[in-house]
Amino acid sequence: MKGQRWLGPAMIAPAILYIVALVGLPFLMAFVYSVGDVKVGSVGYHFVGLQNFISILKNPTFRLALRNSFIFTISSQILVLIGANILALALKDAFPGRRLLRFLILLPWVAPVSIGSIGWKWILDSLYSVVNWVLVRMHLVKQFDAPVWLGEPKLAMISVIAVHTWHMLPFATVILLAGLTAIPKDIPEAAAVDGAGFFRTLFQITIPMMLPIINVAVLFGAIFTFTDMTVIYILTRGGPYDSTQVIPALAFFTGILGSDLAEGAAISIFMLPLLAVATYMVLRAAHRAEVT
Amino acid sequence: MAVVETRKLTKVFKRGNVGAVNDVDLQSREGEFLVLLGPSGSGKTTLLRMIAGLEEPTSGEILIGGKVVNDLSPRERGIAMVFQSYALYPHLSAYNNIVFPLKAQGMEKERRRKQAEWAASLLGIQHLFARKPRELSGGERQRVALARAIVREPSLFLLDEPLSNLDAKLRASAREELEQFQKRIGTTAIYVTHDQVEAMAMGDRIVVMSQGCVRQIGTPAEVYDQPADTFVATFLGSPPMNILPADGVIVGFRPEHFLPPGVAERLGAHVSYQFHITHGEYLGAERILYGTIEGGALHGRKVISRIPSTHAAGLVDDSVHAFAVAEGDLKFFDPKTEKRTKFGRLPQ
Repeated sequence: MKGQRWLGPAMIAPAILYIVALVGLPFLMAFVYSVGDVKVGSVGYHFVGLQNFISILKNPTFRLALRNSFIFTISSQILVLIGANILALALKDAFPGRRLLRFLILLPWVAPVSIGSIGWKWILDSLYSVVNWVLVRMHLVKQFDAPVWLGEPKLAMISVIAVHTWHMLPFATVILLAGLTAIPKDIPEAAAVDGAGFFRTLFQITIPMMLPIINVAVLFGAIFTFTDMTVIYILTRGGPYDSTQVIPALAFFTGILGSDLAEGAAISIFMLPLLAVATYMVLRAAHRAEVT
Repeated sequence: MAVVETRKLTKVFKRGNVGAVNDVDLQSREGEFLVLLGPSGSGKTTLLRMIAGLEEPTSGEILIGGKVVNDLSPRERGIAMVFQSYALYPHLSAYNNIVFPLKAQGMEKERRRKQAEWAASLLGIQHLFARKPRELSGGERQRVALARAIVREPSLFLLDEPLSNLDAKLRASAREELEQFQKRIGTTAIYVTHDQVEAMAMGDRIVVMSQGCVRQIGTPAEVYDQPADTFVATFLGSPPMNILPADGVIVGFRPEHFLPPGVAERLGAHVSYQFHITHGEYLGAERILYGTIEGGALHGRKVISRIPSTHAAGLVDDSVHAFAVAEGDLKFFDPKTEKRTKFGRLPQ
């Protein structure tokens, strides 16, 4: 069949074209830039080897951003995991209003992250913060000594982690809920008859059985968090004093806003081996959980 | 060992609907193998789950060992259950599946090991300890599930169609094994099945259920020979009992009691009918004959006869013969209540 020989390739072509044009090509350009001396507006290209990488490694801001990226990713993922487990357990069984609650919990995910973050920017504002207003009214803090959520290094980090967790939680909840509903009803019932209480059932039966899907949620969440800069860009721009600066934001600030395309590219490329290792580790864990 | 009792036990899933289980009064005996038998939807599994504590009764009481356990959680009831799917923990090895109830009790490691070995040796599965459930065959899974159930020596043993996932050949041997096994450990067992052969073969007593109600409780011989009503009469036995309504009474007799000429004469007092055979099925050892009765009050009623192949000579399709039923084998049912009545007047 002559027509059929072309049908397959023709059908897959748009997908390949999309990946090549929008992922492959920029990726290749980032590689090329990271070993060159390209700046916004420059006309030539000179190969400079690993000089960009050496330069960013010497840069204390970069090292801080790298550390922050890990803190940001790991803390928010831990919080997301714990929160998503609790929510998934709470939403598993039927109760009046469950549909509404599920919808409400999903909202932070479907709402554009920029809108959500702007909302949070107002909630955490130094003057008009509703959080502070509540804390003051509850006499937990003094009116003129209220925490400046986005203005103090530690509080700023806590704030961006909290907002990012708020944003990521629904997605992880949905994934874990799917994993939880996939466990046959008999299994927790058997555990109940066998004499296991809530926590024994949770930690020895339910969570181990959900492990492969938890791994998927963590892999997605970690990679998304490590490469995302929206929340930080809107809330703190990496400040104060770079205390919430993370790698993707730094790449953007350096490469686009700072016009140093080459160094920006080098910072982005730096994430690649880290993400590759993380992906490999989680995939292996997922595979192991499936086999044994 | 414990005796289970239910008093007016009722379960209604959706308010306003008919109950899944209605006013069930039941009492097991010490060390008994009690079978709950009924078609799907008869409420037998719901009843079992209420005894296990997995389903909350709408009303009524459950007593285990003389104590009301309605408000106790499954773990506090001291029971063990084997699920239809076996419900083995897929991420744990057979050994860890078996010791899981012991861990939940807080038993120390050395005693757990001994106890698990004891349970496994009863079922001959020590060599499977290291395997995961998915590496086990259906029969092996069933044994692991049984081992997990007996390992902490429960006072009561609940089984929800544990043989239905096995193939026919394995089922027969597993049935016998399970029965022997229960006799050996002597624990009271409640066994749910929709398979009447299983129920007859294994049960010390059978509880026949339909639409959430208990229709009859009795030994296999009692429920088969003295069915309480037409439902029990037709649910047990294959082919089912002939049920012939006529003249303000329902007459019933088993196909194997509807005997051909030559055999019929040897019966004592008997009733004869002209049996018009429409077609027959040859099943090797026996023949099933379908047809109608000709003449008399039962004219035109469909009946089935089941006779040994050795007595089937000459009983060809589309022939009429004088078949007979011994008077003692005739059952009578009240046409209104469908309950069996002691005596009946034979319609002429």
